Amino acid sequence: MTTLLNVKDLRAYYGQVQALHGLSFSLNEGSLVTLLGANGAGKTTTLRAICNMVRSTGGIEFDGKPLNNRSTESIVRFGIAHVPQGRGTFTTMTVEENLQLGAITRKDSAGIVSDIERMYAHFPVLKQRHTQQAGTLSGGEQQMLAVARALMLRPRLMLLDEPSFGLAPLVVRDLFGILGKINREDKVSILVVEQNAQLALELADQAYVIETGRIVMSGNAKDIANNEEIRKSYLGY
Amino acid sequence: MELFTNQVLAGIATGAIYACMALAVVMIYQAIDHLNFAQGEMAMFATFISWQLMQWGVPYWASFVITLAFAFVGGVAIERILFKPLAKAPVLTNVAGFIALFAIINSSAGLIWDFTIKQYPTPFGSSPFLGSQLISTHQAGMIGVTVLLLIALYFFFQYTRIGLAMRAAASVPESARLVGINTSWMIALGWGMASAIGAIAGMLIAPVVFLEPNMMGGVLIYGFAAAVLGGLTSPFGAVVGGFLMGIFENLAGTYIPGVGNELKLPIALALIISVLVVKPAGLFGRHIVKRV
Repeated sequence: MTTLLNVKDLRAYYGQVQALHGLSFSLNEGSLVTLLGANGAGKTTTLRAICNMVRSTGGIEFDGKPLNNRSTESIVRFGIAHVPQGRGTFTTMTVEENLQLGAITRKDSAGIVSDIERMYAHFPVLKQRHTQQAGTLSGGEQQMLAVARALMLRPRLMLLDEPSFGLAPLVVRDLFGILGKINREDKVSILVVEQNAQLALELADQAYVIETGRIVMSGNAKDIANNEEIRKSYLGY
Repeated sequence: MELFTNQVLAGIATGAIYACMALAVVMIYQAIDHLNFAQGEMAMFATFISWQLMQWGVPYWASFVITLAFAFVGGVAIERILFKPLAKAPVLTNVAGFIALFAIINSSAGLIWDFTIKQYPTPFGSSPFLGSQLISTHQAGMIGVTVLLLIALYFFFQYTRIGLAMRAAASVPESARLVGINTSWMIALGWGMASAIGAIAGMLIAPVVFLEPNMMGGVLIYGFAAAVLGGLTSPFGAVVGGFLMGIFENLAGTYIPGVGNELKLPIALALIISVLVVKPAGLFGRHIVKRV
């Protein structure tokens, strides 16, 4: 298995405040990796640093190529789709326009049309609402739309920031089921940040636990889920 | 009745120009959250360029097109050189930038072409339109060109990928970057287009107000007022606001006793304030709700 994403000694700063203190981890091609940790541990910052949305130092390599000092929009063109916290929906635009925007860097218009149909097959509710303003969708539907928008890039790596946030448990199950399917069938590698550790560990192959900007634990997702000590001290369940 | 129809049609004709200016103002406002005080001066300068080209013997429509290209490039250049570096600066810094731009363009035009009033030709003629006394061919031309422009812009923003990208960049910049849109260049493109739209307004109104460095002062005030009336967040509202301004200005001047030409502007602005008291976001604007 080849390493797709390799993060080495990552430090990130908000103004004078340092949020990440030398964080290292890697993600293999085709795998589903989760970053766990409490509020404020630095999970979101890690994703934002990968897409250069926050000032950072250290090494970030994607498929062997360094991502440092590239603009956010050019990092997307490597095939990295980022679903931000709060979903980043284009609320004043229609559902279909949101999907088209996901593919705005692609040139193959026929492929885009067929991918939109594919997304409607994955998420039938989006098809029902394709002419509706995206801001009128429910939270769960907007999260589906955000994932679909990210997939429209035909990404090699998808970064998901708290996809379960604010969703009903049943909707979360549904969404995680779809994420697993995308990972297996479309061979999209996924890095997901979650507070819902139990659910994320069921889905993931690999897990890293972050505390105050450092990795404190890493390993096979099943092992971590089965280790009562880790669960109690870091994951709170 | 004929007087009424006549005033409404003439109002629509000048309203078309206000609509263009309002649209230009709204486009830049949507992109950078600031009002471009120099929008009128940019339009005036472009109009002088077209006049100069015609003085050198270039035919009207050729100089029209060259001027649009010049205005577009000029708009992009102003954004790149002056306002891109100010993107994260406080509001007042930006306001100072706009005022400086206003003064620089105004004085340069005066220096190059002096402040005397110049005749500006119309390609439409000024005979009665279709034999009717209600409206002149130039007024009809003003309306026609504006309507064509609005239709073209509608299709551009609604049905082209670059139009979609520009809308995305203006509405949620961070998400736009995350799908790979270069938002910085989208803003520059918006400046270029706003500048070109303003140039069209300038070239259409110049035969009416005559060409001089201060020709756009009043027009821009009406354009601002139209944009605020329609709602600064709504391009459609800005256009409707422009036409309403034009019509109302004329009707107030004609029918309210003692108003006449001199008081048209204050009356029109008073109307806007009354509308805004009832609808602070403008007729078509949205309240921006921010999550805290």
